Amino acid sequence: MTGDATLAPLSVWTIAGRIGWPASNLLLVAALVAFPLVFTNPAVTTDAIDILIFVAMAAAWNTFSGYTGYISLGHMVFFGCGAYFTAIATLDWGLTGSGVFWLLPLAGLLGGVIAIPFGLVALRVRRHTFVVITIAVVFIFQQMAYNFGVTHGSSGINTPVFNFDPATYNNPFYYVGLVIAVATVAASWVIRRSRYGLQLRAIRDDEDRARGLGVQAMRVKIGALAFSAIPLGAVGGLYWLTTYTIQPPYAFNPLWDLTIALMAFLGGLGTVWGPVLGAVLVEGAQLYFFPQTGGSYLYYLVYGGLFLFVILGMPRGLIPTAAELIEKVQARLSREPPLAAAVSDGEIDAEIAGGTPAAVRAGESA
Amino acid sequence: MSAFMQAITDGILGGSVYALMAAGLTLIFGVMDIINIAQGILVVLAAYLSYALSVHLHLDPLLGLAITVPMMFALGTFIQWAFIGRLRGRERTAMSLLASYGVAILIEGILYQIFSGTPVSLQPYAWYSTATIHVFGFYLADIYLIGFGLAAVALAAIYLMLYRTKFGRSIRAIVQDRTAARLIGIDVNRVAALTFGIGVAVTALGGAVFGLTNTFNPDSGYDLISRLLSIIIVGGMGSIGGAAAAALFMVTSEELVNLWRPQWATAVYYVAIVIVLVVRPRGAFGRREARAQ
Repeated sequence: MTGDATLAPLSVWTIAGRIGWPASNLLLVAALVAFPLVFTNPAVTTDAIDILIFVAMAAAWNTFSGYTGYISLGHMVFFGCGAYFTAIATLDWGLTGSGVFWLLPLAGLLGGVIAIPFGLVALRVRRHTFVVITIAVVFIFQQMAYNFGVTHGSSGINTPVFNFDPATYNNPFYYVGLVIAVATVAASWVIRRSRYGLQLRAIRDDEDRARGLGVQAMRVKIGALAFSAIPLGAVGGLYWLTTYTIQPPYAFNPLWDLTIALMAFLGGLGTVWGPVLGAVLVEGAQLYFFPQTGGSYLYYLVYGGLFLFVILGMPRGLIPTAAELIEKVQARLSREPPLAAAVSDGEIDAEIAGGTPAAVRAGESA
Repeated sequence: MSAFMQAITDGILGGSVYALMAAGLTLIFGVMDIINIAQGILVVLAAYLSYALSVHLHLDPLLGLAITVPMMFALGTFIQWAFIGRLRGRERTAMSLLASYGVAILIEGILYQIFSGTPVSLQPYAWYSTATIHVFGFYLADIYLIGFGLAAVALAAIYLMLYRTKFGRSIRAIVQDRTAARLIGIDVNRVAALTFGIGVAVTALGGAVFGLTNTFNPDSGYDLISRLLSIIIVGGMGSIGGAAAAALFMVTSEELVNLWRPQWATAVYYVAIVIVLVVRPRGAFGRREARAQ
């Protein structure tokens, strides 16, 4: 976001953004740290943990799918593996206290390791074939969870009660969730601003051209997929710790794959804050409305309808659409023609190749 | 040995219906370059339509096809007009996949609201659903033979339409080169809508046979679509012959694995996908360009 702003002449908005943005981020984190101390009702903190889990998932998914344009509907594979790993390890090693949290980095690592063969197979194809493969992989893992003895088939693995203070039982889980979510968003921000992030977006815009300019596409894509799988594995473990059981259809849930995609699309695919906003809105609405509809299937209608609305009406998402609006208003106020939005393809290529945009464009038309 | 031969016969007869449903899916892919994720739930919707006609109008599920086929055709053109055809821009293909997934969830929700999640079947509404005939030592279920016959007729009709009519020629022109087809005066949007209608109309047949051979609830769509997607990937996306061959091969393999390890039978589909992607990413009969873009 700030990278785009440097192209624009300094205005009141950008100056305010440069000072205000880091300060408001710090304030936000401080508020989130204080949250469970203020709202001690366990029902509230349980919902907050749920939202943090989805923020981490949507932000992590976005670092792969949003930046590279490869829409994955298979990230639940990493989530489910993390959940089952944490469940099995906790029970086998008889962990009862805060020791369980040390399993979560391992669960994340497991997700990242599984992503490598996943990527080696699925990333051989592009676009919709890729999407279809990722859906199929979720079903393969669901099938395996049903059939292997170690996952206890369809009966699943129940979560024990850990020996934390019952009055603040949720707090350790909340803070672990907060650490994962903040780390994921921060990593997403760092990647977006880095040369690596530019390579990912070059692949999204035109993979063959990116390869021609020296981006090692396969390595870069698999790296991004493996990286995005780490938070998924970790929150999978956290999900099992905070729920009461894990079963194959919920560990490897195709609807959740669509949910995190919806969150990212709603907020703004490929932006840092879009998936965060989308996760808070969608999961918040779900937690608020679901008990009121009596657990019926109405939420299928809401999900499907919302999804179609976002894709048809606002395909770029809330944050880019809002940014465009602000730009238009600004342009009208200053009575200048609006600046070209964001960085165009040519400029991304040029930055990678070290040439100038004009040279690249000339080469393209030649 | 006889169980083995029986499994092969069942696989071929049962696979023919999957061949038809997959043909609709792959036809839509070929013309519009999109994957209709809703195909699975549309089969279930068609099965529920036949069910409603059987329960309320006491109409035989196969006679009901006279009503459900036009209804599914109309629904297909509507989905194309209302959702898929409105997508524009660079991300059109990925978006259309997500949009059709959205449509699938919407239909699933509506089915849950109307019919609840209790599994139902069309079997009690047709006398022939449990009858068998005895041929050359095989017990063949009548419904499998009927399904095979219907699928063969419908596939032949699609084939004739594609290769013997002017409309079919414009479809093939669009498959080859969309821009060139538009330049020589083919109304691409109209052909796309009609093709989507045809691709969805075959789910009416598929749904009736599926409902006569299985119990189903709104959740059954996931199982169907994952099989159909595997079939079109293995057969080569856009190739109707490939889809038919892959459907017969995979349903037969499933029946054979079912003899040996029933709980792993459906894994056949996913294993086949992985092998095909590693060995021959374009699929058994796929065109190279269908993957390379």
